[in-house]
Amino acid sequence: MIAAVLSGFAVALLAPALAKRLGRGAGAVLALYPAALFFRFLSRVPAVVAGETPSASLPFVPELGISLSFRLDGLALLMALLVTGIGAIVLVYAGTYLEGHPRRGPLLGLLVAFLSAMAGLVLCDDLLALFAFWEATSILSYFLIGFEREEAEARAAALQALLVTGGGGLALLAGFVLLGQAGGTLEVSALAANAEALKAHPLYLPALLLVLAGAFTKSAQVPFHFWLPGAMAAPTPVSAYLHSATMVKAGVFLLARLHPALGGTREWVWVVTSVGAATMLTGALLSVGQRDLKRLLAFSTVSALGSLTMLVGVGTPAALGAAMVFLLAHALYKAALFLVAGILDHEAGTRDATRLGGLLPLLPATGVAAMAAAFSMAGLPPLLGFVSKELLYDAALRASPLPFVLVPVAVGSNMLLVAVALTVGFGPFTGPRGATSKLPHEAPVAMWAGPALLGFGSLAAGVFSGALSPFLSAAASSALGHPYGVRLELWHGFSLVLLKSLVTLVVGVALYRGRHRLRAFAERFAPLGALGPARLWRAGLAGLVSVAKGTAAFLSSGSLRQDVRVVVVAAVALLGPLLLSRGTFGAADALPSVRPIEAVLALLVVAGAVGAVVAGSRLSAVVGLGVTGYGIALLFLVFGAPDLSMTQFAVETLSVLLFVAVLRRLPRLRSRSAPRSRAVDAALAAAVGALMAGLVLAVHAGPLRSRLSGFFAESSLPLAKGRNVVNVILVDFRGLDTLGEITVLAVAALGVLSLVRLRLAAKGTAGAKEGGR
Amino acid sequence: MNVLLVLPLLVPLATAVAGILLLRVPRAARAASALGAAGLLAASIALLSATLDGTILVTQAGAWPAPFGITLVADRFAAAMVVVGAVLLAAVVASSVRGLDAARERAGFHPLVHALAMGVSGAFLTGDLFNLYVWFEVMLMSSFVLVSLGGEREQLTGGLRYVVLNLVSSALFLAGAGLLYGTVGTLNMADAAVALRAMPAQGTTSVVAALFLLAFGIKAAAFPLFFWLPASYHTPPMPIAALFAGLLTKVGVYALVRTGTLVFDRDRAFTDPLLLAVAALTMVTGVLGAMAQTDVRKVLSFHIVSQIGYMLMGLGLGTRLALAGTVFYVLHHIVVKGNLFLVAGVIRRVGGSFSLDRLGGLLTRSPLLAAAFLVPALSLAGLPPLSGFWAKYLLVRAGLEAGHGAIVGVALAVSLLTLFSMTKIWAEAFWKPAPEGSDPAPLGAGERLSLLGPVLALGAVTVAIGLGAGVLFRFADAAAAQLLEPGLYVRAVLGARGGGG
Repeated sequence: MIAAVLSGFAVALLAPALAKRLGRGAGAVLALYPAALFFRFLSRVPAVVAGETPSASLPFVPELGISLSFRLDGLALLMALLVTGIGAIVLVYAGTYLEGHPRRGPLLGLLVAFLSAMAGLVLCDDLLALFAFWEATSILSYFLIGFEREEAEARAAALQALLVTGGGGLALLAGFVLLGQAGGTLEVSALAANAEALKAHPLYLPALLLVLAGAFTKSAQVPFHFWLPGAMAAPTPVSAYLHSATMVKAGVFLLARLHPALGGTREWVWVVTSVGAATMLTGALLSVGQRDLKRLLAFSTVSALGSLTMLVGVGTPAALGAAMVFLLAHALYKAALFLVAGILDHEAGTRDATRLGGLLPLLPATGVAAMAAAFSMAGLPPLLGFVSKELLYDAALRASPLPFVLVPVAVGSNMLLVAVALTVGFGPFTGPRGATSKLPHEAPVAMWAGPALLGFGSLAAGVFSGALSPFLSAAASSALGHPYGVRLELWHGFSLVLLKSLVTLVVGVALYRGRHRLRAFAERFAPLGALGPARLWRAGLAGLVSVAKGTAAFLSSGSLRQDVRVVVVAAVALLGPLLLSRGTFGAADALPSVRPIEAVLALLVVAGAVGAVVAGSRLSAVVGLGVTGYGIALLFLVFGAPDLSMTQFAVETLSVLLFVAVLRRLPRLRSRSAPRSRAVDAALAAAVGALMAGLVLAVHAGPLRSRLSGFFAESSLPLAKGRNVVNVILVDFRGLDTLGEITVLAVAALGVLSLVRLRLAAKGTAGAKEGGR
Repeated sequence: MNVLLVLPLLVPLATAVAGILLLRVPRAARAASALGAAGLLAASIALLSATLDGTILVTQAGAWPAPFGITLVADRFAAAMVVVGAVLLAAVVASSVRGLDAARERAGFHPLVHALAMGVSGAFLTGDLFNLYVWFEVMLMSSFVLVSLGGEREQLTGGLRYVVLNLVSSALFLAGAGLLYGTVGTLNMADAAVALRAMPAQGTTSVVAALFLLAFGIKAAAFPLFFWLPASYHTPPMPIAALFAGLLTKVGVYALVRTGTLVFDRDRAFTDPLLLAVAALTMVTGVLGAMAQTDVRKVLSFHIVSQIGYMLMGLGLGTRLALAGTVFYVLHHIVVKGNLFLVAGVIRRVGGSFSLDRLGGLLTRSPLLAAAFLVPALSLAGLPPLSGFWAKYLLVRAGLEAGHGAIVGVALAVSLLTLFSMTKIWAEAFWKPAPEGSDPAPLGAGERLSLLGPVLALGAVTVAIGLGAGVLFRFADAAAAQLLEPGLYVRAVLGARGGGG
């Protein structure tokens, strides 16, 4: 099972070459892979219905307790069949749909890769492996939405979808980690087994909210729904597959998957149900204002995802049963309608619902398939959509929280969706011929076969819905965590539910007849959309970018002086308070022991430094530095270190001479900085000086405990055969340091040489001088 | 003497010397350079394999016993750093064959990168704080010459800011070393660790520790000490920038981790919250800086800063898992970041510009380059199953387990913005149609090998780390365990005398 699913990534890599070889047949050949998977899963149905859960496991990162464990329960099986079945249909369709497109091969490859990722997602029992597939679907969706990469709009939509779902994904990751902490495992099945303890854990609420954020963004729930209509920039087969049948269901799937472990609490029921209901209504309301077939379908998909979320939120057996039936019904009719929209676009050259009409005689096969799908969506008996709507109403009626809110929301949304269904799947084929730019004719069989199959599926599943009961019951049982039997029936007598279905249909058809007025009415409210979350998102992103620009401008505006100031301020701010609070000073005791000569030399050092700073010319500044250096050398002498002192004298003399030699060639000091700036610098310098002095005093307060000097003095002659201890330290005891310093000198020499020899840009030398000041 | 510890210094030194002698014979210099890089890689792998079982290799330079001489030490973390550094060096030398102009090559590129490599290896392997200072100077001088090699105006102004800020760091480091010597009378890290354990945890030594924190913080480009990095990293040619981007700041992080776990691990009540705050600010300012850029090199430079924050986060959390996360992050990052800079060089060659405004159509022009970009870019953004995801996951998990939800939130948000930044490069350079008038010649066969070969090889390393994350995690975890047990290090260096440490 694992190898079969993962091999899709290898198949995907072959797709471009295959497409080049096979031309239009490539889609059909590639479809063999998901078709084989589909039948393989189909063969497992009896076992799963009988209560078995075939599973397989591969160690992935055992060190972190992560395994690639697949578990085929009812829920996974339902999803896997949808993913592979619709995947095969979409591949066949896409191979023909994109005929002549230079990048057909890559698109087919991306679709196959997505198929594998999605199959992995629904089969995974390990949350972290599930997360890996989850992210893979997000990034593949990014590449697929932006497939028409020359269009700026497609690129922007791809980014928006990625950021929204990616942001949710990160919340999901944190949520999973918390779940792992609270439950002690990342296996969903093990978490569910320990559900009561998990729900009582203090981390339950944060984990739940983070997981919900992930699921809601992926399944386009309010207020994150806006990315889904934007994703319609993708080629139509992609929209049909990712953004209606499979990927957007991943969020709902995850909720159902985690329902046994996390569901049923007050927090779960209230948050999930209300977000789902709000999404259901919002999607339906927004859909009626659209003209573009794909946008009509996109908003109705938002609404459908909302109802699924609502049902999982309610969480009763009836609700989860209804959710599973609706999951199947929706996948069948919505994928078909998307594919039909693609055919109409392809053949008639437009997706504008107001310009399409009377096409049934020209596209009979497509038209019949479209109508079957549309009637299922509208909830017309005997299609599966009808059965599913009955169950939805029934569950809403019996929902424990707020049935008086949920029922009107469900009925109202469905009335609007009836109108949408007929607008997309019925309108274009009936009535007078519309004003299309080209004369449409029937699509190739590879394109209409898919919708026909799906439409026929909707019909067959409705008529023989009783036969589906065991299979969908298995799915519902997985989501519930205990066995439950869903009863699918076309006819269960006169009831309140049936009445609601009838009212929905009647009002829906009336709305369809008045669809142009309805749309005009909805379009008047279009400006309100500017206040919606899409706008908020764009504004937020723009705000973030301008914050970023401000930060970047500040970060790159700096000059050398600014850089040094920042570091100095940081040093003083960090070390100053620390020194005052943690340091111990012994300065007062040491003061009387200062000899007059030391004091004089110290003053000399200070005077030299001050002189260097206030000097009016470079030369006098160098003299000031020299005075400081000599003063320090004398201090070494006074403290009984003649070797060190001599070295210091030599270094100072040499550097003063070198300075003078170089500085003679430079122009006079000009344009000295403003007094204010110099005052700031002076204050900072004083602060650093005080800090260092304080540090030395604090360190000096403790006993000096060098063990090294004794060893060096004693071992120098007998062991290292040298009389001058400083020399022996340099060349023997710490010879490695000297090797390093010699390397530094060699590199510096090489640098000087190259600067002189290599003047790639003649202006460069001027820059060096200017920068050097 | 353990030759394994000496070779990572000796091989680059010999190569650098050969490079200087062969300055006038570029072909031979290049061959020597390639040989040296391969030699360093082999030597470092041998070193790593000797530390895998937990052995801490120790050599006393000149056979002077610690703490009187200079000690070279390799534990798992140090050895792995040397290996990854050598991997990057090899890739950079390979890509310099076509990625660098002949003039710069003749001016001493090869000896300079090997001198830099010597400094980097020395910094990873030394067990002595003053010796560490010396290796920092070797690195600083070689990198300064490399950053200004060519003498373009932009390079020199950037290089100046680079060198001065780093000299400030050196001054702070030196002051810290002096004060530490005044406190404990030794500069051998193991010896100092033993001596400091006999002192109160909170006292003057805390201030000295903070001085080191500042000095290494500048090297690591932590907030707010990182200004030198975005000022300079975009100026040299990309093979040079790649080496810097991969290695230099990570030496600073290494020094922070090494001293933070071995020498200055006493005043955690002060350092941990400080490190976490700095980590968060570093992540955020870095990524915000990156978002606003339109030059590929600058986007990448700011991201270095941002990613340093993640490494500091692990150190600040301080648990074993968190330190394993830091080790994992550093190792993964060196490969990925060096790779991205090399890819930027190829983007410039194939697309004719570094500016996103003037780039486009690269996916059409070179699908292979697109793949070479995507692997490190998506890894940087932390997408599973690439290496960056595991690095991020470890830190997120460590943070949540330690109850630090806030920094985890910051880390996750920053990773989303990193993804934003990487997709910006993708959409602008690869997706968008090529703008009018940009039509550089397609890559020749030699260029394909020299330019695409190294980036694809580094990409393969990233994918391998991702798919075999368990292997590297086990190693990082063992390295973290070693870091958290400073007694092992002390005993290895000082023998039985340090046993009580």
